[in-house]
Amino acid sequence: MNVVEGLMYSKDHEWVKFEGDIAIIGITDYAQSELGDLVFVNLPEVDDEVKVGEAFADVESVKAVSDILAPISGVVCEINEELLDAPGSINESAFDAWFVKVKDITDKDNLMDAAAYTAYVESL
Amino acid sequence: MLIFEKSRTGRHLTLLPKCDVPIVMPEEKDTRTLDLHLPELSENDISRHYTELEKKSRGVNDGFYPLGSCTMKYNPRINEDMAALSGFTEIHPLQPQSTVQGCMEVFKTAEYYLTEITGMDHMTFQPAAGAHGEFTGILLIKAYHTSRGDTKRNKIIVPDSAHGTNPATAAMAGYKIINIDSREDGCVDIDKLREVVGEDTAGLMLTNPNTVGLFDKNILQITKIVHEAGGLCYYDGANLNAVMGTVRPGDMGFDVVHLNLHKTFSTPHGGGGPGSGAVGCKEILAPFLPKDMVEGEVGKYHFVNAPQTIGRVKEFYGNFLVVVRALTYCMTLGKEGIPEASSHAVLNANYMMNRLKDLYDMAYDEVCMHEFVMGLEGLKKETGVSAMDIAKGLLDNGIHPPTMYFPLIVHEALMVEPTETESKEILDEAIEVFRKLYHDAKTAAESLHMAPVSTPIGRLDEVGAARNPILRHKF
Repeated sequence: MNVVEGLMYSKDHEWVKFEGDIAIIGITDYAQSELGDLVFVNLPEVDDEVKVGEAFADVESVKAVSDILAPISGVVCEINEELLDAPGSINESAFDAWFVKVKDITDKDNLMDAAAYTAYVESL
Repeated sequence: MLIFEKSRTGRHLTLLPKCDVPIVMPEEKDTRTLDLHLPELSENDISRHYTELEKKSRGVNDGFYPLGSCTMKYNPRINEDMAALSGFTEIHPLQPQSTVQGCMEVFKTAEYYLTEITGMDHMTFQPAAGAHGEFTGILLIKAYHTSRGDTKRNKIIVPDSAHGTNPATAAMAGYKIINIDSREDGCVDIDKLREVVGEDTAGLMLTNPNTVGLFDKNILQITKIVHEAGGLCYYDGANLNAVMGTVRPGDMGFDVVHLNLHKTFSTPHGGGGPGSGAVGCKEILAPFLPKDMVEGEVGKYHFVNAPQTIGRVKEFYGNFLVVVRALTYCMTLGKEGIPEASSHAVLNANYMMNRLKDLYDMAYDEVCMHEFVMGLEGLKKETGVSAMDIAKGLLDNGIHPPTMYFPLIVHEALMVEPTETESKEILDEAIEVFRKLYHDAKTAAESLHMAPVSTPIGRLDEVGAARNPILRHKF
């Protein structure tokens, strides 16, 4: 399982990369391997509010549709439109296939660093 | 090969008799400008085409078909004999009511039997299948609240173990969905339910026995909590096969139910139906029932519309011949046979589960109802063989796979529902196949990744099919 140093992680298997006032959000390699081959992605719209722990996107695999829960709260300022046409890129490279960029960030205190997330996944 | 690819221009087959009424053509503005793409084949070609397709397909008549939650029980031939009677087939939905009294009696009698089985007061047969029945049922709940001016109720509570159609139904009806987590044992968490009910609760949607095949023992408390908050309780009949004739949803506290006549009451399904999602309700919801309820007595039946009807949910009266089959099933089994069928379904599931649990991990290791759920996460970690691989391996052994990757709360799930119509010999054979596949997973995992190899078509590219679907034939 691949975990990238320098990113922050949620218990629901999203990664967050903080760049200045912006947070970039995607799902972890562990999440994509558990979900299986993804065939469809549904993203929010720019200016949508996301709230920690609530669904802001969903992904569909051949098994099921799964909600993606926001690891932080904030306002969507950009979405990765390329992802909509290439959901498979999440399987190929989960840490490059970002979902959304979020501004006005709050509720970011419950995230784990790479070491803590690795330990968390191993405990599952 | 598609029938269109076999078509040859000019190869005709005369199916229709000579026209014996004057031919009336539509006005030119209403006529087609493009020819219809109809295949042209001889009767011989068509006959062979469909025989070939039949050989490639697999149904409950070919062998064991333990598709969890789908209740693929045997469909008795007598059902077909009854549904083929000319009095039921050679009718028109618009002919005078006095000339179809027998058909109307079918509706009234089926309503009598099925409301008795469910503990409801009325039943409509208009919905075409399960999810349509759910939608109809939730519309009844909505109409009830609206009629009382109670418009702040905008939420439907659905446990996370529910069928995906439950939240989808509530959303279609304009409700917000409140998802509540199940407890470890898959049952409703009473404390969490108490937390979420309130003035905005329109209702609760529940399956009991639940999706993991367990009967929720707190059911009376659950429906009471919802009722005390002013909400109504909806019973998803997907799992009624475990309890029919033994426990009634109406007595559990439910106000409205749907039945999948095409599952529980032995009418054909798979391959797209037609189904029938009959909806039963208590007296408080009767004023809102869909149009064309049958009332009256033998020889004097007539259609009536409930005073505040939600309208029509399907054209005419639903899939009538499915109702004929379901009624035949009820009358064949009778008062003793109905609960006996259920208890055999439960016995068969428990027998299989207990003969497999030394090898396969059971998601819930306790007495199950009509189906049980295996969790193959451990096997996958150890051998790389997934629930999908085992399912495909079953195909090579003449068994239709169980439901896979559902319920979502169990990882690598296989949900097995043997149904009551399988003998001990069939179950023993299936058990041996499951045990053999377990050993194959340990010793020859690679062969299972390749399965199936003996079917007309091998392992399908499900991802490719989902990402780049070909949805129509290009002429």
